[in-house]
Amino acid sequence: MTIIATQSLTKTYGGGVTALSELTVDVEAGVIGLVGANGAGKSTFIKIMLGLTAPTSGDVRVFGLDPVTETDQVRARVGYMPENDCLPPDVSAAEFVTHLGRLSGLPKTAARERASEALRHVGLYEERYRQIGGYSTGMKQRVKLAQALVHDPDLLLLDEPTNGLDPAGRDAMLSLVHRIGNEFGISVVVCSHLLGEVERICDSLIAIEAGRLLRADRISAMTGVSDVLAVEVSEGTDELAEALTQLQLTVTREGRLLLVPLTAQSDYDAILRAVAELDLPLHRLDQRRHRVAELFTAKETADV
Amino acid sequence: MSDAGVIHDIGYQRYEGPRLGRTAVFGSIYQHGLRASFGLGRSAKAKIFPWLVAGIVLLVAVINAAVKAQANIVLFDYFSFDDTMSWLVIFFVAIVAPELVSRDIRSGVLPLYFSRPLRAFDYIGAKFVALATAVFLLLGVPQLIMFLGGAFTTDDGAKGVWNEFLDLVPGWGYSLLWAVLFASISLLIASVTGKRAFAAGGIVAFFLMTAPVVGVLSILPSTTAQHLAGLASPMSLLVGVQSWLRGRNDLDLDIGEFGVIYGIELFCLVFAAMLLLLARYRKVASL
Repeated sequence: MTIIATQSLTKTYGGGVTALSELTVDVEAGVIGLVGANGAGKSTFIKIMLGLTAPTSGDVRVFGLDPVTETDQVRARVGYMPENDCLPPDVSAAEFVTHLGRLSGLPKTAARERASEALRHVGLYEERYRQIGGYSTGMKQRVKLAQALVHDPDLLLLDEPTNGLDPAGRDAMLSLVHRIGNEFGISVVVCSHLLGEVERICDSLIAIEAGRLLRADRISAMTGVSDVLAVEVSEGTDELAEALTQLQLTVTREGRLLLVPLTAQSDYDAILRAVAELDLPLHRLDQRRHRVAELFTAKETADV
Repeated sequence: MSDAGVIHDIGYQRYEGPRLGRTAVFGSIYQHGLRASFGLGRSAKAKIFPWLVAGIVLLVAVINAAVKAQANIVLFDYFSFDDTMSWLVIFFVAIVAPELVSRDIRSGVLPLYFSRPLRAFDYIGAKFVALATAVFLLLGVPQLIMFLGGAFTTDDGAKGVWNEFLDLVPGWGYSLLWAVLFASISLLIASVTGKRAFAAGGIVAFFLMTAPVVGVLSILPSTTAQHLAGLASPMSLLVGVQSWLRGRNDLDLDIGEFGVIYGIELFCLVFAAMLLLLARYRKVASL
């Protein structure tokens, strides 16, 4: 099911700054990563989807609705978690999320129930009755996520959800997002400038750069293309590289690693045999998938 | 942070219930704002000032009612009560208006509001009605106490109560004018800054700085200038409107034949403040 569709979407701000140019993309339900450097146009894209600003030209549909004219219907089905700090310090999380639930049109009691549900789902229990001002950054991020969830949207727009979190907090937040996408049945668009982070949890990726679409595809299509074998020997790396080249294999060096793309199953044995014949101390031999990042770097270099 | 396993066991429930429209959203911002005006649902610290002001105003009303009952001396009638309490009203809006709008700007919560099905008009409209209600309650409840005091001690039975009531209703109307004017101006000033202290200072400054202007104008030799002097300050403007509608006032402000101008200015001030607020929040709402 297509949840977001854009047709040559363009947004130019006053002063001639182009935030988005000719963006055409169809997004399927699931967990979607929206990646790009700071200022690439991610936030503008989100604002357009929320109907906060109108596109200069082009067309956008969220669940088949136009955010410009059918703003309320779109917003009722979308939850938004902004990047910046957006929590008042002097109320409790429970009260705050309840209030925002009511602003989304939930009746009073339903808002209260859904607020404590949402806070529980993001992992805040008894703390939710404490004032937000005393929360850690991780807890604040969770409150921000809970307020986006409170009205049971069909789509979540998360702007840099892992901002300011330590590695453990990042992992927790990412697995939470992954679970929302896969178990709650809510599609999630995760904005990030960290590709490595989103590729772990996303089904598909949209990469934008300077307002233009770099690539949009399913992660499986991006990573499943070919597998690479990484070989590490503690000495004689050069000899091995030479031997492998003679076996008609393409060898690239990456630090102390030799990367050999696997074209046939027999290559694996051939490499092993080469190592054995040279009598080299083998440290590591692992098959690794293409990382999405490599695909982008390759493409970006090609563009230049 | 590794409580992921625990959450895992609890299934997510979709919400199937009703989703209310913008009217209900307006209502909930209004209710939230009115509660916040008196610090309800906030920390004890937030309750101190509004209740201090409300306490003083109530005390004055009680004393007024008691003196009237015991000694039959009228300290204030319903109109001059509002005029006398003007300083307290200024302090009240200077604390409450920033609480209602500056706080939201400061904490950056507005993007969360405006990514939901509500518009700038709903937000600012509800905040305005909430603050106006709070100011009206601040003045109207003490007036009600004065009325009860008068009604219970009247010598004329039901007729006395009725007469007292006929005095109260225009008094309430006058308080409503106070509420509307003070709410619109103070919200506009508070919406400029996210710093509560600045907003409060700005509001007090605006209301107090305009008072001397009235003083200066009223000693000019021209009678017209004297009659129009009251236009310069919100407080004297309201007194002027009182004169226009009631034919007299208890402060010695002479507005001559210019009553209608006072009325027009009151309307225009409120209207302009609301338009500016709306324009400001239109911009904020589009982030």
